[in-house]
Amino acid sequence: MTANAPGTAALMQGNEAIVRGAVEAGIHFAASYPGSPSSQILGMLGKIARERNFYAEWSTNEVCAIQACMGASFAGARALCVVKQNGLLCTADALHCGAQQGVKGGLVVVTSDDPSAHSSTNEFDSRWQAQSASVALLEPTTMQEAKDMIPYAFELSERVGQIVIVRLTTRVCHGRGCVTLGELPEENRPLERVREWDRMVCVSYMHGPMLEKLEALRGAFNESPYNHYSGPEGARDLIVAGGTGRLYAQEAVKRLGVQDRVGLLSLGALWPLPEDYILKHLRAAERVLILEEVDPFLEQGLEALAGRERLSLTFLGRDHGALPKIGELDPDNVEKAISVLTGAPLPEKRLPEGAGKTPLPVRELTFCAGCPHRATFYLLKKALRQEKNPGIVVGDIGCYFMAGQSAGQYGYQACNCMGSGVSMAEGLGQLTHYGLDQKVVTICGDSTFFHTIMPGIVNAVYQSANMLLIVLDNSATAMTGFQPHPGTGLTAMGDRARPMDIQKILEAIGCEVEVADPFETVQAEKTLRRMLARRGMNVLIMRQPCATLKTKERKGKKPRVWVDQSRCIGEGCGCDKHCSRVWGCPGNTWDFSTGKAQIDPVTCVGCGVCAKLCPAGAIQVEGGEEA
Amino acid sequence: MIQLKYDPLNIVVCGIGGQGNVLAAEVVGSAMIDRGCRVAVGETYGASQRGGSVMSHVRVSLQDDPSVLIPSGEAHIIIGFEPLETLRIARKYAGADTVAVYDPRPVYPLGVLQGVQTYPDLDALQEEIRSLTTLALAVPAADIAMEAGDSRAANIALLGAFSQVPGAPLSREDLEKILARRFKGPVLELNQKAFAMGCGAAGKGGAQ
Repeated sequence: MTANAPGTAALMQGNEAIVRGAVEAGIHFAASYPGSPSSQILGMLGKIARERNFYAEWSTNEVCAIQACMGASFAGARALCVVKQNGLLCTADALHCGAQQGVKGGLVVVTSDDPSAHSSTNEFDSRWQAQSASVALLEPTTMQEAKDMIPYAFELSERVGQIVIVRLTTRVCHGRGCVTLGELPEENRPLERVREWDRMVCVSYMHGPMLEKLEALRGAFNESPYNHYSGPEGARDLIVAGGTGRLYAQEAVKRLGVQDRVGLLSLGALWPLPEDYILKHLRAAERVLILEEVDPFLEQGLEALAGRERLSLTFLGRDHGALPKIGELDPDNVEKAISVLTGAPLPEKRLPEGAGKTPLPVRELTFCAGCPHRATFYLLKKALRQEKNPGIVVGDIGCYFMAGQSAGQYGYQACNCMGSGVSMAEGLGQLTHYGLDQKVVTICGDSTFFHTIMPGIVNAVYQSANMLLIVLDNSATAMTGFQPHPGTGLTAMGDRARPMDIQKILEAIGCEVEVADPFETVQAEKTLRRMLARRGMNVLIMRQPCATLKTKERKGKKPRVWVDQSRCIGEGCGCDKHCSRVWGCPGNTWDFSTGKAQIDPVTCVGCGVCAKLCPAGAIQVEGGEEA
Repeated sequence: MIQLKYDPLNIVVCGIGGQGNVLAAEVVGSAMIDRGCRVAVGETYGASQRGGSVMSHVRVSLQDDPSVLIPSGEAHIIIGFEPLETLRIARKYAGADTVAVYDPRPVYPLGVLQGVQTYPDLDALQEEIRSLTTLALAVPAADIAMEAGDSRAANIALLGAFSQVPGAPLSREDLEKILARRFKGPVLELNQKAFAMGCGAAGKGGAQ
């Protein structure tokens, strides 16, 4: 990642290419909050920051990250902020006001969108934020472009004194491709002292200059090397691709044999729209297919442009039925759309006789074997079922988001974004003063606690809501790959820091706090019931390290868990397959031939909680050394 | 210079989160780059380590950079860590000439254990994999890895078997070179052992 070997080719993940691009751009500063699919970027930057003499931090949330970058920019630093789609929305106020304030050192925001929501709760299109905040946006298609666009974005940012956004999508972030390395700067440009009369302030009269900066880049984008055209001159069938669609289209036109009559216009520097460049190709076309991820952003922009110029074109895309309205582009839906565009028939693909008939079971997501969250939700459901009504549970974002499905016994009824749980619960908790006769419970993880939960707790305590917050303290930002947060005592650059004590913070705010270990099921259930009975703002910290983290750090052998077949009563037990069906750990499986329980030795991590729950006492735990 | 039977050559590596899918794809991709090819890898692992279906597409070309996803019906090789996942992928991606190397040990989805879904009959499932492919090689990779010392080496054991498939684009030596570069110490030893046992198992005529 830091080899100064210009011209060398390497297989790089898109996220790695961004890191390399940042190093080639000579950044001084990087800040991020983890979010898939771009979580790896700051982790890698943190590891090489010292060697390359820049600063990198996992910020407490995305607002902290982007504002820290703005501060750094004020001293002339090149600053990189990395967020995912939802994180970009968290920064919305900062982004819009920051754009009106402008920047000094280059400030590039890398945002990763997750079409098809592979590792997200929703699909979102970051391009609207660029449009709304009046800042420029670039979108790479290949890993090479991902790398090259970072120095280019910094140059644009400094040319006009404005934030530039680089939009990635999952297929770029998590894809790998060949990248030819560029040169590394000898040393970073020196920082600039902030002078007494320097001003970087968002005030209303900066609205005009902000729009002028955007217009200045429209001119540059008409000439940008990232906007290019291939195919016959004056093609009447035109494909316009922003992002991943370009490569799918290149292959599909060959498969369909229409490469001689279809033009492919690729837009990498796409907001502000390079209107003159686009119009040159639109004027020759009759039918236009737009390939883009998530929303019909280009489609609507180009249609408006064509309307303004009174061009009579037929548009195809997400708005016009040739492509699905939701979900990511792929080689198949792109090929189909090109077939609609050109009238070329699709190649026939048929399964052999008899194949494809049996329905295949889907694999639902579930908590890992040995995950402490499974125990917490098991106990919560059990306790609430025995209340006079089952109560209300509102969730939050983290691995425990899965608790809304069978993984967590359908453990909560509402959840939207990070921080949603505590404040929705506060609202519901207020209604208990007005006749709502239910227990109100919410949950959050330890990283989310620092990210957005704390203001909600202050609100709930101050406003005297009746609720219970369960903090799932697994000492990890597990969902995104174990990045350090303020509770872990580590920083992105590998330094030690004094860990923030969640319990002390909660007590200082004025909550009633208790701590339990979800694996000590009897004790934890008692504590949970006691806290459910109380009024006011109560917090139960469920403390047990993440199973994946424990497995990673384990030095000795894991305990062996097995089912004593002479004790397991199997289908005749009356426990209704408690271990594999109700408890639902992937380590607890069923031998369908004998009708008895078994343990999958590959998956089981040896936590032994299922042994405590088996009514026949058939599950045995032996040996194992502490991690 | 390496010869590719198809250009681009399309390989799918599939299984369940936590089975070492991504690593296996990366090893294959790196070995192909070593042989002077252009490589693109697309990973679908949103559900990594959380029990969901996971797949990686490895695409190899001597001409240009392919996209990171394989069109349906265009896979040439399927490396599967679980039979149900292998069939799921074969139904979508197998085409006129597809070879599958897979572990026949089922891992039941939660829905099956909870009794709301049914796992297909294993014999019928394997028969369907055979009907969709020109060659299907069943190799008990997880068992081999456990015998070698750790079930986590199942992915490497299966790569060993993959290198022995007739017409495999990579040799045993190609892959061993990458393992030696990628791992060290006891993990390397474990992987080398599992890899060699995987090679042996394929030779023993796991072909069906």
